[in-house]
Amino acid sequence: MTPRQWIRTGLRATVSSFFAAGLATLNAPVLALWLVGLVLSPVPVLGTDLLAVTTTVVRWRADLERRLAARAGVMIRRPYPPEPDRADLGTRRWLRWIITDPATWRDMAWLLPGGLIGAALGAIAVAIPLYGLVGTVLLPLWLFLGDVWFGYALFWPTANVGEAWLALPQGLVILVAGLIVAPLLRATDVRFARLFLAPTEAAELRLRVAHLTTTRADAIDAQAAELRRIERDLHDGAQARMVSVGMTIGLAERLVHRDPVAALKLLAEARASSTAALVELRHLVRGIHPPVLAERGLEGAVRALALSLPVRAEVTSNLPGRLDTPLESAVYFAVAEALANMGRHSRARSAWVTIRLWEGVLVVRVGDDGVGGADPARGTGLAGIERRLNAFDGTMAVSSPRGGPTVVTMELPCALSSPKT
Amino acid sequence: MRVVIAEDLTLLRDGLTRLLEAFGFEVVEAVDNGPALLPALLGHRPDVAIIDVRLPPTHTDEGLKAAIAARAAIPGLPVLVLSQHVEPLYAHELLTDSYGGIGYLLKERVSDVEEFVQAVERVAAGGTAFDPEVVTKLLARREPLAVLTPRERDVLGHIAEGRSNAAIASRLFITEKVVSKYINNIFSKLGMPPSEDNNRRVLAVLMYLDG
Repeated sequence: MTPRQWIRTGLRATVSSFFAAGLATLNAPVLALWLVGLVLSPVPVLGTDLLAVTTTVVRWRADLERRLAARAGVMIRRPYPPEPDRADLGTRRWLRWIITDPATWRDMAWLLPGGLIGAALGAIAVAIPLYGLVGTVLLPLWLFLGDVWFGYALFWPTANVGEAWLALPQGLVILVAGLIVAPLLRATDVRFARLFLAPTEAAELRLRVAHLTTTRADAIDAQAAELRRIERDLHDGAQARMVSVGMTIGLAERLVHRDPVAALKLLAEARASSTAALVELRHLVRGIHPPVLAERGLEGAVRALALSLPVRAEVTSNLPGRLDTPLESAVYFAVAEALANMGRHSRARSAWVTIRLWEGVLVVRVGDDGVGGADPARGTGLAGIERRLNAFDGTMAVSSPRGGPTVVTMELPCALSSPKT
Repeated sequence: MRVVIAEDLTLLRDGLTRLLEAFGFEVVEAVDNGPALLPALLGHRPDVAIIDVRLPPTHTDEGLKAAIAARAAIPGLPVLVLSQHVEPLYAHELLTDSYGGIGYLLKERVSDVEEFVQAVERVAAGGTAFDPEVVTKLLARREPLAVLTPRERDVLGHIAEGRSNAAIASRLFITEKVVSKYINNIFSKLGMPPSEDNNRRVLAVLMYLDG
């Protein structure tokens, strides 16, 4: 780590510690609120509604903690199972769903100890660098005012200007120590939160089933839509043209003895039609499974793609062989979509693609030097990539701050199908 | 003129053979798979080889690989590569040696028989024949081409496809003198060394486009 990155990490941990500590103080009131809601829940009509509100507040607080943890580099997945059918907020069925869910009780169990630890660690993480900072600014203040009236660190109280000078190195040492310690404190806090807020093994399995069900449905939908598109393209395109070719040749057949010149003209027309049909078929095939992908595999096909971009694009890869065909195709189209998105929005002047296979995980990153600001929640391009990858248990992350650069990272579990020949 | 053909689809292989024989070529061997191709090329040393990119057994790019390998063994061995689709990437690989005698066409160009035979003859004579679609893709990639006028871009496209001054003149309905004036303009605008030799000129243009 360069000193710059190191300082940035420390500062970021300090700032998020500050927020985490602030939020931690909310834990006790939130818990109290929920308990009140629980106690009042037997009250007809009003009770369940109250519990609905308080539970939403608890989950909002827990989700906030999960988001903060993600920023600190610890992934905590949401453990809540999907709502059962006809379980609208506040109904009896909904109440049963909430009460029987272990994740609800684990959230409650976390609130108090999590709040205490979060507040304490956060306060320490903020206090040390702050004290260091005070030390570094005290000296100029003392020199300016010409009066030493206060102590700092080892010298308490500070007796003279000589000792006052020592506030500077001491302050710097404490500041540096604080910046080193802050990320560690932050990590400890989120690890503790993970103990409670992450799904249990059973919940994990339930979530996985739910995830598989949606992605399977998505995959089937996507496949059906794709087949429909191919059918329509063939029907309106190449097929129609071949019909016209057949008709033209038939006409030429009848004319060939009576009017050879007209027959020749018709035959030329038929040839032009067949060429047009071939062009359409070629475009269609490229959309289904690009020939260069079949011939060269992912790396070669992405290189071919990069060559056709208007901007310079660099492709690096460490793939030792061919991937499974469906996976290869999904990743290819995802990269193609990412690059097309870049071409449409980023105003980039250069781009790069890296393909890395490491311990059974395929990591593909597509980056550019454009204006950034890409958001997968808006627009269909990036969301489409995500759906495509989900069918293979893949994930996609987009980093695109305003002003750029944009990096799209895709990760998929994968195995090689054949070693490179 | 002795020809080796490599094509796995029987219909196309026989059609090509018949077509070329009708125009006075001698087809010395027509292979239908990748492994047999390289020995055939090296054994016969044909005047020109017509090769499909995708061949059995793996149906990937063994035709292209064999063509490149054969040209590594016999520099300048005339090869005309045919494919159902064209990729600038493959054109790039075929162009890495600076010998002439290279062609890369879509299979459907065969249907224009006379033009196809001309392309075969041009490649056999050490010239080049690149598909208009490859050329279009290559032209689209190069930004400096913006300095050219639309007419100059047309001429540049024809040069890249492998046409001579005379052929370009008849296509664009202008005189050869005007064509060579255009060509001089293009070469000076793009900062390429002027060249009278037709084949060298084509290669220079293709390499420039491939940049």
